[in-house]
Amino acid sequence: MKPDTSTAAQPRRQRAAQDPLWLRVLLTSIALAIVGILIFLPILHVFVHAFSEGPFRYFEHLFGDSANRDAILTTLSVAPRAVILNLVFGVSAAWLIARFRFPGRTLLLTMVDLPFAISPVVVGLALVLLYGNQGLLGPRLSSAGITVLFNTPALVLATTFVTLPFIVRELIPLMESVGPDEELAALSLGASGWQMFWLVTLPGLRLGLLYGIILCSARAVGEFGAVYVVSGRIAGRGQTIPLRVEQLFQQYQSPADFALASILTGIALASLFARRLLESASGPRKIQSATTSGDAA
Amino acid sequence: MSSRVPLPGFALSLGYTLTFMSLIVFLPLAAIAWKSADLSWEQFVQTVSHPRALAAMRLTFSTALIAAAINIVLGLIVAWVLVRYEFPFKRWVDALIDLPFALPTAVAGLVYASLYMKDGWIGRFIVPMGIEIAYTPAAIVMVLVFTGFPFVVRAVQPVLEEIDTDLEEASAILGATRWQTFWMVLWPNLRPAVVTGFALALARGLGEYGSVIFVSSNLPGKTEVAPTLIVARIEENKFAEATALALVLLLSSFALLGLINVWEKWSRRHEA
Repeated sequence: MKPDTSTAAQPRRQRAAQDPLWLRVLLTSIALAIVGILIFLPILHVFVHAFSEGPFRYFEHLFGDSANRDAILTTLSVAPRAVILNLVFGVSAAWLIARFRFPGRTLLLTMVDLPFAISPVVVGLALVLLYGNQGLLGPRLSSAGITVLFNTPALVLATTFVTLPFIVRELIPLMESVGPDEELAALSLGASGWQMFWLVTLPGLRLGLLYGIILCSARAVGEFGAVYVVSGRIAGRGQTIPLRVEQLFQQYQSPADFALASILTGIALASLFARRLLESASGPRKIQSATTSGDAA
Repeated sequence: MSSRVPLPGFALSLGYTLTFMSLIVFLPLAAIAWKSADLSWEQFVQTVSHPRALAAMRLTFSTALIAAAINIVLGLIVAWVLVRYEFPFKRWVDALIDLPFALPTAVAGLVYASLYMKDGWIGRFIVPMGIEIAYTPAAIVMVLVFTGFPFVVRAVQPVLEEIDTDLEEASAILGATRWQTFWMVLWPNLRPAVVTGFALALARGLGEYGSVIFVSSNLPGKTEVAPTLIVARIEENKFAEATALALVLLLSSFALLGLINVWEKWSRRHEA
């Protein structure tokens, strides 16, 4: 790889730490087989089965069936709300945790990760215990005419809970690495707090926000366990795409099922692709900001 | 240091963050605590030691453990190959590693259910050989291996990248075989990352529901995992029993994550 022949000892030393060719070939084949069987084959399987009856039937499955159409619409109304809620929360919590030191900060940081440690089914149960007929708040809310459970609000609450850490976790390290210098400069030049926020803080977080939103959306669209418990699963009402996938599975409607699954798979693949793009975009950007700050100094 | 800096918005962001977390996270968890307070100790023990519950717990813990253990081996091989070797399409393979995090569990379940059936892409080869995976606990392990796969790879990869190959060279020059070098030089460095990846995969496996209900036959006492039993109890309106089971799941995953934290601190102190 490296045409560095200046030191004669180099090749021998490298060989000493390198695996023999047979081992390299063997391990690479095993690794490719693992990724192939575990990940690549399933993706291929989704698309092959989705299009097994041709592209026309594919779109008919997606949009011709009213329950499928409703599932797509429900997902489109639930996921963005959860993402927006977590976006505002993410910016607020990141500002708090990355810019201030206060008692309880470490605890708060741990709490932000809590949803990762809780089974989605338990999240669903918690919402049922809170908003159900026999729940803590359910009876009071329903006498006020508000139904949360088995209704869109419950789907949004469940999805928001499960995807809560994604955006904050992207923003905190980014905000910490950027540091408050530019914000302080803006303030000392007479900017108001909100001017500083809109003109300095947010633009600096651009890539992190974008990446966090992508991750959060991908997970929000695909959430199953928590949503399964609180949806009530009445066809056409409160049924998201993943729930409809499960229902079609029970009804042995394979091509329609894989057609819906292909949307979710496409979103997952797109989020991975976008991540790679952002990562390669953030590389040169880091260098650029380093040079500009060097110029300023 | 930052606390002395007169940045604005502390009260606003503190207030908003705490209010939001209370409404979304703490209030529901308080409902679980409230329900568990209703539960007497005898009731709790009775629910958790019910044969069906015991069988579900046993299946949940054993399948999650086996899957996480398998992921140690698979994860180490894949991380090693990705860090140390060059091969075509390496960037694409590396990008695919994260798919199990991004792919909805329902899709994973759907695909894994049909891959291993008699006429599935993989089943048609292995079923004639007498390997029946579909609807058995083996299918649960398979799908948990999938959902937990990125944890070990992504934990080990950065550590492996940072390890100085000088150490390996020294070890080779001193006459160690590759295998000895791995066990005596590399493994001690990799162990904390492997343990972290293992514990995260395990914690994820304990709570997994979406993919499992597709690939398992969900028979009570046989192929029913704890999250499935919790859902069944919720659907029967037996909330006390569902809460008791949920508590066991919650406490075990908290204990796991607590253990990782302690372990990480401990191994960092011993490094220094």
